[in-house]
Amino acid sequence: MTEVVPPRPRVATFGGIAPGAAAPAPPAGPDFAAIHASPAFVALRGRFRRFVFGMTAVFFVWYLTYVLLAAYAKDFMATRVTGSVTVGLILGLLQFASTIAITACYLRWARSRIDPDVAAIRAAAQGVAR
Amino acid sequence: MILASEGVGNPTLNTAVFAAFVVVTLYVVYRVSSRNSSTADYYAAGGGFSGVQNGIALSGDFLSAASFLGIAGAIAINGYDGFLYSIGFLVAWLVNLLLVAELVRNTGRFTMGDVIAFRMRKRPVRAAAATSTLVISFFYMLAQMAGAGAVVALLLDVQSKAGQALVIAVVGLIMVLYVLVGGMKGTTWVQIIKASILILCVVLMTVFLLGKFGFSMTALLEEAAANNSKGEAVLEPGAQYGSSPLDFISLSLALILGAAGLPHVLMRFYTVPNATEARRSVVWAVGTMTVFYVSTLVIGYGASALVGSERILDSTGGVNSAAPLLAFEIGGTVLLGIVAAVAFATILAVVAGLTITASASFAHDVYAGIFRHGRADAASEVRVARITAVVIGALAIIGGILANGQNVAFLVALAFAFAASANLSTILYSLFWKRFNTTGTLWAMYSGLGSCLLLVFFSPVFSGSPNSIFSGADFALFPLSNPGIVSIPVSFVCGYLGTVLSSDKADEALQKEMEVRSLTGIGR
Repeated sequence: MTEVVPPRPRVATFGGIAPGAAAPAPPAGPDFAAIHASPAFVALRGRFRRFVFGMTAVFFVWYLTYVLLAAYAKDFMATRVTGSVTVGLILGLLQFASTIAITACYLRWARSRIDPDVAAIRAAAQGVAR
Repeated sequence: MILASEGVGNPTLNTAVFAAFVVVTLYVVYRVSSRNSSTADYYAAGGGFSGVQNGIALSGDFLSAASFLGIAGAIAINGYDGFLYSIGFLVAWLVNLLLVAELVRNTGRFTMGDVIAFRMRKRPVRAAAATSTLVISFFYMLAQMAGAGAVVALLLDVQSKAGQALVIAVVGLIMVLYVLVGGMKGTTWVQIIKASILILCVVLMTVFLLGKFGFSMTALLEEAAANNSKGEAVLEPGAQYGSSPLDFISLSLALILGAAGLPHVLMRFYTVPNATEARRSVVWAVGTMTVFYVSTLVIGYGASALVGSERILDSTGGVNSAAPLLAFEIGGTVLLGIVAAVAFATILAVVAGLTITASASFAHDVYAGIFRHGRADAASEVRVARITAVVIGALAIIGGILANGQNVAFLVALAFAFAASANLSTILYSLFWKRFNTTGTLWAMYSGLGSCLLLVFFSPVFSGSPNSIFSGADFALFPLSNPGIVSIPVSFVCGYLGTVLSSDKADEALQKEMEVRSLTGIGR
């Protein structure tokens, strides 16, 4: 079931409104392939992906656990902890707490582990372009 | 009926507070929008907002009538199951924070289409992006306008369907005016003003309610259970979805995965100057929304405790009127007037945000990107966007009149399912998967959108249950009222298959460029 794709006209891509080309690119724009291959960029990309994918897995599994408990373990969720406050209510509020915690954690991490490297790569790219 | 005889509020006062909001915001919109002729100004406010401002505007865009009226109502009637909406809507922002906001900000300029068409064949992908943007915006808008009808009925004491239709039309006209006069800059200021008032309002109500119950959650919950026809069941999961846990899971998936695919949320990331500010806006949005959603829990249970579930369901606005009725109960006519105005302003602002997104997508992706092959001049592109805004405004008014009375939070959850199915898979694949290509993009978007439309059409939403749109007929072949659990995986799988099975190759140079741009922001 492969789709027949006509050969693609490759000329017009940059002449037009290539998205992201905010300003008409200067004749010698940044060399994206070179930056892409540089060890600094490869390291940054690896570090970024490991962190965000890991964090995403953590909050997704935690959220799913909560949802499955609410769907299939109603008696457990209905257990009264103190007064009329149920386990379900507390777990729900913990979802709020974990969201705040993950946000704060990412903010701190990105500030120290991502932003300086991005700045360095940008500075290097500008130096070369000049 | 009962309410009319009890005289809930004072329509003149309600109208006056609302009119004051409109006048003030229109003045602000007029003042901030002196120069608005370039596409960057009209679509993205020239990228001139700070992260804090944009964060508050993001929560303004996101905290719609569904959040305020819908969730408060759902918690008041169904208790714990309504709380799920609050949790899903908030946790969803982590997807934006970690995977989407900064990368999208660095890669695109104005629309979602900019990102996903970056390294693909422009025309078919832009067409697909515009299609899904328009469908999602339309569903979302329908939900807001349906809410407007309910609020109008209750607060302005307009009982006749024709009268309500007239008020919906007026709301639609004001909204179009915001967009035409203010562009993205004006609309953003409307969101900021509205979000501030809304959050102030719910926080004050929450503090008051907690004070009334001696700051004891147990006292509040016990009173809520006592005055709810479902009794103690509202403190436990299952009051609404007890018979269909799968539906509950489907809804939860759509909620958490939908936010990052909503076109009007994505477009907000372009109004800030760089990725760090985009990150800061999400952080601020998470902060304000946490406050808001915790408050809705108290307000929802508070409405059940003080107003009672039966009175809410019997009122003119039905389930959506829990928050306004509670306001009347605790603060009389004046507080009701304020809550009325806030609810109205919420609807107005969110619909304005949706309108600018849909009009931008049509003008930028379809008109400039497809009809003019990317060679449209800025002035004509903005003109097309303005005309589109008027057309969309007209459609929203008609849709709102037709959808008048439907459950708001629920309709929004459907829009989330569309966003999660059609957009999220495509955005993530194109940002993170090297091999992803044009065929994969088209398969992912159209399969997600198509399966969603089909499943909703054959679901209990359309037929086969007393609350369906066509309650007389029964062609509900699909048992779940939210399609997310099926349509989201379908979209991811089709995106994968389309990529692997097709013969076209991903553009390697552009793929590398996109990776570098998205992470570092070089080139912007």
